[in-house]
Amino acid sequence: MVPLSWYLTLSAALFNIGLFGVLARRNAVAILLGIELMLNAVNINLVAFWRYGDPTVITGQVFAIIVFAVAAAEVAVGLALIISVYRNRSTVIANDIDMLKW
Amino acid sequence: MDFMQIIFLLCAALILGAALMVVTTRNMIHAALWLIATLFGVAILYVLLNAGFLAVVQVVIYIGAIAILFIFAVMLTRREMRDQGPQLNNGWWMAVLISLLSFGGLFLLFTNWSGFGKMMVNIPAGTDTLRELGSALVSPNAFVIPFEVASVLLLAALIGAVYVSFRGK
Repeated sequence: MVPLSWYLTLSAALFNIGLFGVLARRNAVAILLGIELMLNAVNINLVAFWRYGDPTVITGQVFAIIVFAVAAAEVAVGLALIISVYRNRSTVIANDIDMLKW
Repeated sequence: MDFMQIIFLLCAALILGAALMVVTTRNMIHAALWLIATLFGVAILYVLLNAGFLAVVQVVIYIGAIAILFIFAVMLTRREMRDQGPQLNNGWWMAVLISLLSFGGLFLLFTNWSGFGKMMVNIPAGTDTLRELGSALVSPNAFVIPFEVASVLLLAALIGAVYVSFRGK
């Protein structure tokens, strides 16, 4: 059987790979990809805690579903913003998107 | 090393390898495809955790909708960024450092926690987790308000995405 520790270690590793992507990539779409990895790591944690805690209490799965909904909303708005910026400035490099910088 | 552990390890290798490719590959289309591989591995993990419904939702929503949205966005924006110049910014070594430190911190925190090596308990006979999930989502005593708020959030995101990306006259 797989102990809880394996799931927690895997999700910590996945979260930090996503964190690296968010911090280091220049392409704004790649930054959103990193955020998706982080959200998936959180979801693994939520489901693993549900399964290894009391499986009759369904809260962990409900939280995971809410995370799905928030991830879908975040991606829709984020990609719309990136496409809009690309139309106006012809760039998707996060460093060059400095219209709000004063 | 039993059967479940072997499947878990294969799945973890798939997830971590594909995730590393997502954050390092140059071609953004390939990054989106590697993201699909990662999401598929996570769906397998949900099956291992007896959360079949979430595995289906993961495949339908994440792979079917979100990953396809990423591929469309990459195709709409790729002309400029296409394989020229560095893909990582100047502070990438700091990002590596922060990630490793954060992983180390989390791991330390885990090892000091008493429930770390906990084993899976059997789901009591006669409990249908999918039925409970469905009734919890619409029960006033449980999660009907977060459920409704999530639907309003999705509607707001839909309108916001259309508004932001609409090309005005």
